[in-house]
Amino acid sequence: MSEAATPVDLHAQQVRKFKLQDMFFHQVTMVFAFIVLAALVGILISLAIEAMPVFREFGPAFLWTNVWNVPEDQYGALSAIYGTVVTSIIALVIAVPVSFGIALFLTETCPAWLRRPLGTAIELLAGVPSIIYGIWGLFIFAPLFAEHVQPYLQELVGDTPIISGWFAGPPIGVGILTAGIVLSLMVIPFVASVMRDVFETVPPQLKESAYGVGCTTWEVVTNIVLPYTRVGVIGGIMLGLGRALGETMAVTFVIGNANRIVGSLFAPGTSIASTLANEFGEADPGLHISSLFALGLVLFVITFIVLAISQWLIKRGIAKQGI
Amino acid sequence: MNTQRTLVKLSTLVAAMSLSLSALAVDITGAGATFPYAVYTKWAEAYKGATGNQVNYQGIGSSGGVKQIKAKTVNFGGSDAPLKTTLLDSMNLVQIPTVMGAVTIVVNVPGIKSGEIKLDGPTAAEIFRGAITKWNHPAIAKLNPGLKLPATAITVSHRSDGSGTTYAFSNYMAKQSMAFKRDVGAGNTVNWPVNAVGGKGNPGVAANVQKISGTIGYVDIADAMKNNMTFVALKNKAGKYIVPNQSSVADAAAGADFNVPGMAPDLLDQSHKNAWPITSATFALVYEKGEDAAKQKGVVEFFTWSLNNGQKMAEELGFVPLPANVVKMVEAEMKKIK
Repeated sequence: MSEAATPVDLHAQQVRKFKLQDMFFHQVTMVFAFIVLAALVGILISLAIEAMPVFREFGPAFLWTNVWNVPEDQYGALSAIYGTVVTSIIALVIAVPVSFGIALFLTETCPAWLRRPLGTAIELLAGVPSIIYGIWGLFIFAPLFAEHVQPYLQELVGDTPIISGWFAGPPIGVGILTAGIVLSLMVIPFVASVMRDVFETVPPQLKESAYGVGCTTWEVVTNIVLPYTRVGVIGGIMLGLGRALGETMAVTFVIGNANRIVGSLFAPGTSIASTLANEFGEADPGLHISSLFALGLVLFVITFIVLAISQWLIKRGIAKQGI
Repeated sequence: MNTQRTLVKLSTLVAAMSLSLSALAVDITGAGATFPYAVYTKWAEAYKGATGNQVNYQGIGSSGGVKQIKAKTVNFGGSDAPLKTTLLDSMNLVQIPTVMGAVTIVVNVPGIKSGEIKLDGPTAAEIFRGAITKWNHPAIAKLNPGLKLPATAITVSHRSDGSGTTYAFSNYMAKQSMAFKRDVGAGNTVNWPVNAVGGKGNPGVAANVQKISGTIGYVDIADAMKNNMTFVALKNKAGKYIVPNQSSVADAAAGADFNVPGMAPDLLDQSHKNAWPITSATFALVYEKGEDAAKQKGVVEFFTWSLNNGQKMAEELGFVPLPANVVKMVEAEMKKIK
């Protein structure tokens, strides 16, 4: 009897031990997860507290006032919001088609031996620190852009209404458009590698049967690959947008840092992140520092909105697919 | 397993080393203005070699330096803008000048070499205010008879980050022109005109001036000389056009009276005949009576040593050492620190 009882006991002990382990594991991982939540809420609250004086002084008009005058203590976020949004849009307009092409080439038409080196190159590009992009943008890209591209662009658009206004002003190299282009280079590796990964998840049976009934590569991509991976592609683009919105150092170097809105894309501007990087160090206590915190809060909210939209798009995509 | 053990060993070793290092050093910490950062670190390195005492200086910005000394987290604070004497008195702070520098005006105009183009204060202020927008404007041409000025548009290059360089430059300009003071203002960060482009740090401004044709900008003398930039000859108070160099900065200090409370005479637009007009000093802030006497003494010893032995190091970095008579005054002032 005693011999029979021992293994049962052992088993119960074992189970208890596992249960304890499980519970411990559950608690520990939960604490870790809550640290993230606590940090997020903490940042949000501290930003809001520090930003209070500005909203008390200027009210919500802070968000749509186009003035940033430090000596006279007048602040409005519009020029920084404008720069942030416009540079990010330019970045995406360039990065999305290019990344799409890269991903397609890598998954559909690339010879097998080239696939790995190209893929690695893209991943390496994603790992380049942003300051490198900034220095390269300021010292190499901007002068070349000013000399060879900007005058040509101005000639090309001539006096076309509206569009000529986008390219007006002296071709000085640094500015909103340059910042957008440099940003697009930084975003491409992210978007391209996500797209490549999701394109690879398309079951080969689907593609092969399409090829089997005589589809061209383009038809396979538009009718099979894209519908199948829509959700992942949107996710990749939003990841890129998130990076573009918050990018600081590279933008600070090439955007020209002027706190105003000029219609032209050649004109210098500013973004939220670059204003923070520029002015935090020597900001005077009071309204100046508070308005910088308020800008931080605005960026936080913009990023949140972008995330929410992407979640909504993804949900809608999943519902449509019926997965 | 093996690698893990080596890793553990290594990390304990590193931890032990850093502990023993911090235990040995007589730590003095300072924080503040970024402008003197290069020379303070150079001095600290040489000082450590000579005496074995360690001085850490963090260039966190002038307003940060004032904040930190108020919070008593550092042994001395650094500021490019001198504090008002009332504030110094109420906080029992001693303020001493440590080293001087100058802000130069540099240009990139096709066909114009360094020192060729002449400007006076009011005309420069009009350019930096955005009121003069072409290089062949009559006001510039009048000061430069015989110089072929192109019809290029002017781009103003300025610091995008708040800085002591902007502080000195905008204060000089504001003295020259009421309109500049009204439109642009004076301070660490000011309100630049529409044709302006901002660069981060002195190197950022220098890069913009060198890359963009038709640009005028202001850069501290160290970076301007390092980058071999095209200087503007600026008219000083005595009516002479000065191309900036270290001796013209020293001349600006020679004419100033440092024997005032706070030791911060206005070095801008000095009347010495060779004085470079945009000259400024940077300051260290120390409590008159500190909580830790050893560290207070350490700060005094560091600056005494540096002011007497560090002139050459400062010059090599593009700074201008204080004149000998001012060093004596600073030493006398530091006797208050206990």
